[in-house]
Amino acid sequence: MRAAYDLTASRIRPGRIVAWTLLFLGGVVMVTPLVFMLSTSLKDASQVYDLRVIPEAPTLDNYIEILTDGRFTRWFLNSVVVAAIVTLSNVFFDSLVGYTLAKFRFRGRYVVFIAILSTLMIPTEMLVLPWYLMASQFGWLDSYWGIMFPGMMTAFGTFLMKQFFEGVPDDFLEAARVDGLNEFTIWWKIAMPLVTPALSALAIFTFLGNWTAFFWPLIVTTSADLYTLPVGLSSFAVEQSIQWEKIMTGASIATLPTLIVFLLLQRYIVRGVMLAGLKG
Amino acid sequence: MSAVTPRETASGGLWSRMSLGRKQVVWAWGFLAVPLLFYAVIRFWPTFQAFYLSVTDWTITRPASFVGLENYKRLLADPLFWQVFRNTFMYLILGTPISLLISFTVAYYLDRVRFMHAFIRALYFLPFLTTAAAMAWVWRWFYQPVPIGVINDILAGLGLPQQPFLRSTAQALPAVLAPAVWAGLGFQIIIFLAGLRAIPVTYYEAARIDGLSEGAILRKITLPLLKPTLVFLVVFSSIGFLRIFDQVYNINTNDPGGPLNSTKPLVLMIYQTAFSSYEMGYAAAQTVVLFLILLVISLVQLRLMRDR
Repeated sequence: MRAAYDLTASRIRPGRIVAWTLLFLGGVVMVTPLVFMLSTSLKDASQVYDLRVIPEAPTLDNYIEILTDGRFTRWFLNSVVVAAIVTLSNVFFDSLVGYTLAKFRFRGRYVVFIAILSTLMIPTEMLVLPWYLMASQFGWLDSYWGIMFPGMMTAFGTFLMKQFFEGVPDDFLEAARVDGLNEFTIWWKIAMPLVTPALSALAIFTFLGNWTAFFWPLIVTTSADLYTLPVGLSSFAVEQSIQWEKIMTGASIATLPTLIVFLLLQRYIVRGVMLAGLKG
Repeated sequence: MSAVTPRETASGGLWSRMSLGRKQVVWAWGFLAVPLLFYAVIRFWPTFQAFYLSVTDWTITRPASFVGLENYKRLLADPLFWQVFRNTFMYLILGTPISLLISFTVAYYLDRVRFMHAFIRALYFLPFLTTAAAMAWVWRWFYQPVPIGVINDILAGLGLPQQPFLRSTAQALPAVLAPAVWAGLGFQIIIFLAGLRAIPVTYYEAARIDGLSEGAILRKITLPLLKPTLVFLVVFSSIGFLRIFDQVYNINTNDPGGPLNSTKPLVLMIYQTAFSSYEMGYAAAQTVVLFLILLVISLVQLRLMRDR
């Protein structure tokens, strides 16, 4: 695809070496905060002010202490449960609605699409007060459902999936109809497997967004047992404000899972970001 | 599960087609039922409610009663609001161009690099995967005075004067902005790379044959063809900077909003008005203002980009 372009790129020129070196150094600067975070999490209190990247005597004591304390494991599980359920819900409903809007012809289709899309203009911050009111009236404050209910479907996901379902040839669906499959089965068994790249992009975005979400979980949760990891870390850090090695351990626990998943699935995730960005 | 038999199609032209079409309509609304209920209850109704709350004096203890534009008048007369307004726009007008310029430059050169391409790309992308709440603490640590803070330690090592960063009214806002820019670069770089990759190679070949310089190719081919990507990123990143909260809240928890409110953005003001002072009506008016700012910015930007 880029053969001609790469031919020029592979010619070794001083300019290219300079560019490569600068890009590399920039990248190193980018990960410096993460390196310091990890390195400090492996130091004990006496070594914190020793700013060497490789700790003199690395120790897992901070991790053991924080993870056996119980709070962090609880927050971690809360985050996993919340992000996973919200992701599944989005993958299901966003693609169901996106498929319906892309592949069914019925009156009102355009109105429904515009109505859903128009919610993109409404910032979450404006909805937060009514949501809070709703949650307190229905007894949803301080519950998993309370954290999750606002994000169960998103207009962005619906739009993304609609774009991709439009690329699925109608012939496939017609063939399935002739075979007597019902519409739900056609969507689930025929159409869905054809848009797996889009589904994975949607899943990655939704999971990451909910894993790192802070504003709404901070508002809706009041007891420490219900905190998600970012909210828990924030409260933990206030209380530990002098013990940087503990805070960095907490920050590492909040960050490491996504970093590890990324390193394992790098290609997939980058492609997902590209797809979502191009279609969004 | 309805039984759509293949016989129906065979038994006669128009009627069976219509019947199938009608069945499709039923299926469509069946699929949309739960989502439409969700959008009505969780998105549309709260939107109207937010507008309504903004004209009431609702607090946690007092039921809402209509006060007209009282909250808006109070807001316009509130010096804190104008400070916050200024801060919010500082995040926007510093953050958006700086982050786009850096990410475009990186993407432009990274696009030509094949040696360890994926590795370098990963270095830039990793911060995007972090939690702002966690990273605010890492940066807060960096900004501490000696002997704790990494940056001041480095400055001291070089014999340079110490900087107050988060403690200074002048430096606090850029110091809070830096982690926000840092965390978003990876995403923008990936989107720029995708945009660059979508430009057909033949355009470049033709330009080279015509003897255009690299600078001319950038101006005449790359940038114009990158316009959709640019529009998306400008809007996306402006909205992000206008809604900045997580970093600001966490980088200064003992004094959220920085010294003399020098870093406080609108969303933090909303949060504090609603959940520290419990003045829900007043907070609702602030959310409406945020909504209007976002709306105007998106419309203006989309318009400018279309006309150019």
